[in-house]
Amino acid sequence: MPEMPKELLDKKDLDRMLARMAHEVLEKNKGIKGLCLVGIQRGGVHIAKRLAVKIKEIEGKDIPVGSLDIAFYRDDLSIRKEQPAVRKTDVPCEVTDMKVVLVDDVLFTGRSIRAALDALMDMGRPASIQLAVLIDRGHRELPIKADFVGKNIPTAINETVEVSLEEDGYEDKVTIEGGHTE
Amino acid sequence: MKLSSKDLLGIKELSKDEITLILDTASGFKDVLKRDIKKVPALRGKTAVNLFFEPSTRTRTSFELAEKRLSLDVLNLTATTSSVVKGESLIDTVKNVQALGADFMVIRHSSSGAPHLIARHIDASVINGGDGINEHPTQALLDAFTIQEKTGRLEGLKIAIVGDILHSRVAKSNIYLLTKFGAEVRLIGPPTLVPKELEQLGVKVFHDMNSGLENVDVIMVLRIQMERQGKGFFPSTLEYAKNWGLTSERLLRAGQDAIVMHPGPMNRGVEVASDVADGPKSVILEQVTNGLAVRMAVLYLLAGVKE
Repeated sequence: MPEMPKELLDKKDLDRMLARMAHEVLEKNKGIKGLCLVGIQRGGVHIAKRLAVKIKEIEGKDIPVGSLDIAFYRDDLSIRKEQPAVRKTDVPCEVTDMKVVLVDDVLFTGRSIRAALDALMDMGRPASIQLAVLIDRGHRELPIKADFVGKNIPTAINETVEVSLEEDGYEDKVTIEGGHTE
Repeated sequence: MKLSSKDLLGIKELSKDEITLILDTASGFKDVLKRDIKKVPALRGKTAVNLFFEPSTRTRTSFELAEKRLSLDVLNLTATTSSVVKGESLIDTVKNVQALGADFMVIRHSSSGAPHLIARHIDASVINGGDGINEHPTQALLDAFTIQEKTGRLEGLKIAIVGDILHSRVAKSNIYLLTKFGAEVRLIGPPTLVPKELEQLGVKVFHDMNSGLENVDVIMVLRIQMERQGKGFFPSTLEYAKNWGLTSERLLRAGQDAIVMHPGPMNRGVEVASDVADGPKSVILEQVTNGLAVRMAVLYLLAGVKE
């Protein structure tokens, strides 16, 4: 019988994590001046928008939030069975001289982040790039480390971590599935 | 979702879903073309060869730039400077090009079906850049992209194609595409160039310009090929312009928001009046820009088809 996905975090947990991350981003950058959030398609975009809401609750001001599609920058295009779907890239700020916070839902091998860094660099020369992720599940294949982490979740390499969000029509939660063979 | 064939030979062979996939992907590339750095590394390390056995400026340069924007290495071979003039056969030529390590071959040839023949002999992805009087699929895709961008849809639109339909691969590809999407296609021109039999393709044939243009949303004007003059298809370019040239008075017949398209190169004052070509309804130069995005999308998606 296939194992049921195990729920690790619920709506309340996610909300508290995002609130703390918003504070950390503001603390490190001393406010919102020159700050721009850029979510990686698809999961990162929702997380970036939620972080921006939290930041507004604290600072009382909107900050620019963008979305970044990394399909053209992936390093596995020549080995994948089919091309990744191309989604919208919409970065509302001139990235040059901005402090860009890249946002993703799950940090795993680090390869998406590598692709996102290249994509951002092609748009301009940011003053700095920081990385915020909701979940860090380990197993990095590249020297990449997040500046802001919602939660570290140790996983086996063949497990799947799933972040479900209301924006996609689910309830807010993080689940883990698979991995164990008897 | 992915394309089902390694080659893009014609619109006839594509499903509606495949066309939609290409058009959706093209809008992602259109965003890329608006950036300061218009190049992405998606196809780095692969090679494209443009084999043009017939003259072309627009299509060849558009493909070449699309390839370079995707970080492909590009070779251009034209018939007059290649071994074709020494009598090498078509298949030998493409097999040699393949041996150089080509991943994509864009072919333009005066014989209908030449790209189809080539595709059977080589492993590289073959893209039809126009074959005889058969098809010019990327032109129809960029036209559809432009229409969708301007009007928001294809289904239910009234679209007039004016000119030499009989000898036009652009018209054929457009007819296949637009009818697949449920547009009402009207063909307008003299009976010698727009025979009634074309109605078998699911379109309406008009020989009178004014009645054909009534309430249309899109007018595609085709180039009158000067080499057809004096072969009995139409008396003279002057006569053609008088009866089937798109003038600003005739344009009044079309719908209020109608757009005017032309695949180029234009004969100003023959099939289209200068004030129409440069007027507010003309999207002719936008077609050229969109052509780049659409060709990038085709190359990108074909790279994902492994056989």
